Amino acid sequence: MSDNLKTALYDLHVELGAKIVPFAGYDMPVQYPLGVLGEHNHTRQNAGLFDVSHMGQAILSATDKNTNIAELFETLVPGLLISLQDGQMRYSLLMAEGGGILDDLMITRISNNADGFERLFLVVNAGCKHADFQHINQKLNGQATLEILDRALIALQGPKAAEVLARHLPDVATMPFMSLTHTKLNDMNLVVSRCGYTGEDGYEISIANHQAIEFTKLLLAHDEVEAIGLGARDSLRLEVGLCLYGHDIDTKTTPAEAGLMWAIGKRRREEGGFPGADIIQQQLTNGVFRKRVGILPEGRAPAREHTEIYSKSGNKIGEITSGGFGPTFGGPIAMGYVATEFADIGTEVDLMVRGKARPAKVAKMPFVPQNYYKPKS
Amino acid sequence: MSKHYTEDHEYAFIEGDIATIGVSNHAQDQLGDVVFVELPEVGKVCEKGDEIAVVESVKAASEVYTAVAGEVIEVNSVLEDAPQTVNEGAETVGWFIKIKITNPSDVEGLMDEAAYTAFVAE
Repeated sequence: MSDNLKTALYDLHVELGAKIVPFAGYDMPVQYPLGVLGEHNHTRQNAGLFDVSHMGQAILSATDKNTNIAELFETLVPGLLISLQDGQMRYSLLMAEGGGILDDLMITRISNNADGFERLFLVVNAGCKHADFQHINQKLNGQATLEILDRALIALQGPKAAEVLARHLPDVATMPFMSLTHTKLNDMNLVVSRCGYTGEDGYEISIANHQAIEFTKLLLAHDEVEAIGLGARDSLRLEVGLCLYGHDIDTKTTPAEAGLMWAIGKRRREEGGFPGADIIQQQLTNGVFRKRVGILPEGRAPAREHTEIYSKSGNKIGEITSGGFGPTFGGPIAMGYVATEFADIGTEVDLMVRGKARPAKVAKMPFVPQNYYKPKS
Repeated sequence: MSKHYTEDHEYAFIEGDIATIGVSNHAQDQLGDVVFVELPEVGKVCEKGDEIAVVESVKAASEVYTAVAGEVIEVNSVLEDAPQTVNEGAETVGWFIKIKITNPSDVEGLMDEAAYTAFVAE
């Protein structure tokens, strides 16, 4: 027996024949009998179900009813939170003092609470959650309380996700992308967000641990739905150019270097008021020395994380941070950091794979178009 | 033909002085979907235990070592455009290379099919 934690769906993963691997202190399914390639393709074409219960879920509330919790949390993240409407969610970054990134996270504003308090629902990465929660508690000590939720989190992703979930919950079909709603199915209280990390339309559903297997089986009963492991989750997010914390972004990369300035609102860029703001403002004025870019290796050989990137004149100019095979793209894909002068799309570079220089090009991301929900007008 | 396997899940199938080298069916199952195989040049001379190929699945890259010394006389070029052939028949159509053996005693100490089957069942 391993000492790793298990999510509420662990027994179901085993029952489904999953191959289990340790990940961020949890025993998680890396793939099911369908295999990474099949699971990846199934998610792009139908609907994939992912156990993401290892991620951290928490509710942040102000201690004083008159404190604007969105304004307070803006002191730790650079996203525009004050303008968030009830149930609206945003991708943001927990910033370090030096301008680096402690974690990336989803923040949803929840205004309509019976006690009159406004709250923020946070979803953070599994590997960072303890440090994140400690950091938030320490920084907002006395002004806010963080309630850590021990609940399951299930993602349903893919072009058929909406159709499938709407068979049980008709209202979710027209939910805007990046919004959250509280709803009920039989005796199950569900917190449904229209979001995900595969580039596809889909949802993340937070549910009590003891009801998670029942709910998951309900979804898996549909022909369109297959259980999908962490292996395909990684190739899906890489194809659409999304960062994986601890690989593509970390405390040593800034949002400006990582190409995540879109997550920093205009007002926040000007006003600052978050950790590392001075560095970010300086980088916006003076530019950055390196940038995260997409990389397309020529030929079939994948270039994995830590592969060194060289200029055509033989100088080391950077490193791959995520790389592998893109099943939908149909070839090897990667992202990494290169010196800014080599960051233009189309720049020819060499990748040092197993001691051999292999040609590659800086390429536009995403490698596969994102397919998020847009309401029909 | 005599079948021999290593503990690293490579095989050497011997016919006369020619060894066909590849990864076992068990190995391909563990690797998952193979997306790339890097093969040596024909004419390469290798020692027993040398790295002679790399097989990449969706998940990771793994080195493949030769269980016998000799000269590479043929590579399975089908794998260049259709690496998934390894998954379709690791011990048949998905072979990697053929080697002209220099030292027939190299196969001593390798597992035969029955021993290998017992080894992977452990």
